[in-house]
Amino acid sequence: MNLKELTIHKAHELLATRQICAVDLTRAVLERIGEVDGTIKAYITVTPEQSLAAAAGADERLRRGEGVTPLTGVPVAIKDNMCTAGVKTTCASRILDGFVPPYDATAVARLKAAGAVIVGKANLDEFAMGSSTENSAFFPTHNPWDLERVPGGSSGGSAAAVADGEAVFALGSDTGGSVRLPASFCGAVGMKPTYGRVSRYGLVAFASSLDQIGPITKDVRDCALVMNAIAGHDYLDATSAAVAVPDYTAALIPDVRGLRIGVPAEYFVAGIQPEVEQAVRNALAKLAELGAMVSEISLPHTRYAVASYYIIAPAEASANLARYDGVKYGLSLRPGGDIWRMYCQTREAGFGAEVKRRIMLGTYALSAGYYDAYYLKAQKVRTLIKQDFDAAFQTCDVIVTPTAPTVAFRIGERIENPLAMYQTDVCTVTVNQAGIPGLSVPCGWADGLPVGMQILGRPFDEATILRAAYAYEQATVVRRVPAA
Amino acid sequence: MPITRRDVEHVAYLARLGLSEAEVEVLVRQLDSILENMQILGELDTTQIPPTAQVLPLSNVMRPDELWNPLDQQEVLANAPASEEGFFLIPPVFEENPADL
Repeated sequence: MNLKELTIHKAHELLATRQICAVDLTRAVLERIGEVDGTIKAYITVTPEQSLAAAAGADERLRRGEGVTPLTGVPVAIKDNMCTAGVKTTCASRILDGFVPPYDATAVARLKAAGAVIVGKANLDEFAMGSSTENSAFFPTHNPWDLERVPGGSSGGSAAAVADGEAVFALGSDTGGSVRLPASFCGAVGMKPTYGRVSRYGLVAFASSLDQIGPITKDVRDCALVMNAIAGHDYLDATSAAVAVPDYTAALIPDVRGLRIGVPAEYFVAGIQPEVEQAVRNALAKLAELGAMVSEISLPHTRYAVASYYIIAPAEASANLARYDGVKYGLSLRPGGDIWRMYCQTREAGFGAEVKRRIMLGTYALSAGYYDAYYLKAQKVRTLIKQDFDAAFQTCDVIVTPTAPTVAFRIGERIENPLAMYQTDVCTVTVNQAGIPGLSVPCGWADGLPVGMQILGRPFDEATILRAAYAYEQATVVRRVPAA
Repeated sequence: MPITRRDVEHVAYLARLGLSEAEVEVLVRQLDSILENMQILGELDTTQIPPTAQVLPLSNVMRPDELWNPLDQQEVLANAPASEEGFFLIPPVFEENPADL
C-alpha cells in the first residue's frame, strides 16, 4: 500500500473488505508523518491519540456495518484555520497563542460524522494571507516535489500532506486561490466550491464575501466524495446557500462530447511560463479529442482583477481581524495603562508582516475620504468581473485556464516583494470575486514540477467541472508521485 | 497622491495596530507602491455599475426566535487571558486620572 498514491476510494475498498483496519491505516499515516514531516513541515499539530481513538471508532462502525460512509476510517489533514474542538487552532499566527476552540467547524463536524479520522492541523500562511505558506509564523512548508520550493499557499500544508502520503486527503480554504494554487504546485486536485456551497461556520474569517472551504485530494473521484460530505446548507452560516446537494459522484462520467469549453486569452498572461502554457494547451487538445468543443473567449476585465481583489480582501480582513485584541483569547500583552496599549501592543507583537500590511491596506481603503476611490471602486470592478463570467457562460459550459502562470517557485524568491507575490494569484482571484466554482487538476509537468489546469463552472454547477476533470484525468497517464 | 508617514500613523491608529519605527518606514514605501498599482482601476468608467458586496441573492437571513444550546461559559472563559466571576477582565477603558484627558 503506497500512501502517496492511496486514494479515499481505494482506502474505502480496503477498509470495507477488511483487508486493512482503520487503526492500522491511521498508524501507517502517523508513521509516515514521523518519517518525513521533519523535512516537509506540513503539520503544525499532529494528534496521534485522538486520531487513533477516532480510528478505533471507525473500525467499530465498519465491523457493525453501521454509519459507514466512503470517508469512514480515512485519515485527513485539516488546515489550521478551521476550528477543531479541543485541538489547538493557530491560523499559523502568534496572536492565537494558546487558543483551543470549544467547537468544531461545520465542515469538520461533517467529516467526523462521516467517520473520517483527523490526524492533525496543517500549516498555512498566517490567517490564510499568502500564496506560498512562507507567511506562517512558525515555519514554511516544503514542496515534496522539490524541497527548495514552496508548496503554494495559503493551504500549502494541506497540499503537501496529500502529495507526500501524510494524509489521504485534506481540507483547505480558498479566498483568492488558496486551495487551487497549492493543489496545482503539489500535483493534487483542489476545488473551491461555489460561494455558499460549503458552510463557513468555524472557518476563521479572512474575507467573508470570498472565503470557501474546499477539498484537496489525490484524484477527482476523491474530490467528489469529500464534497458529498461537506457541502450543503448550514443554519449556523447565514451566507450558506439553501441549494440541494447532488451526489457529486454521479457526475463522474468520462464523457465530454459536446461540452463547450471557453478559453480566455487574458489568462495566458505575459510572463506565463511557456511550458505551463504548453501543458494547458495540450490538455485542451486532449479534451477536444474526447469530443469537447473548445473555443477562445474573452474575459475583458481580467487585468483589473488583482487590483480589485487586493483592495476588497484586505478591507474585509481588516474588519475580521479586529477581534484579535487580547480580550477574549490568544496573546494578550498587558504592560499597564489602558486598554488602548493592550490592543496596540498585542497586535504589534502578534501579527506577522503580511497580515499587518493587509490590515493597513484594508483600513486605508475603507477610511473616510478614501472609501469611494478604493473600496467602492473595487466593488464595482468586481461586478464587471462577475458580468464577464455571466456573459461567457451563455455560450460555454466550462472555462479552462492555467491555475497559475508558473510552477512552484523557490522558497525566498518572492517573499520580499509583495506585488510579485500577489501576481501569483492572477488566474485564481477572479473566481472568488465572481463566486463561481473552480477546480485545479494536474495536467502536465515543467522542469519536473506539476502544472495545474483550472476548470471553472457556473454557480452551483460543480457537477460539470467534476465531469470535465474526470474525463480528462481518466484519459491521461497516471500521475507520478514525488520521490520518497 | 503618495502615502506619507502621517497617513501610515493615522491608519495604524484606526486599526489599533502598534508599529515599530522600522515597520512604519517599510510600510510607507510598500503601501505607496501597492496603491500605485491599484490606480489601474481608474481606467474603468464605473459610474453606472452597482457595487457587488456579496454574490448570492441573500438578504435578511433570519432564524426562528428559539433557544438553542449556547457554548458553555466555562469552556469559553477557559481561553480568556484573564477572567473574573464570569467576566473577561480587561485594562481600564479610561485613564484613572481624568486630568490626563
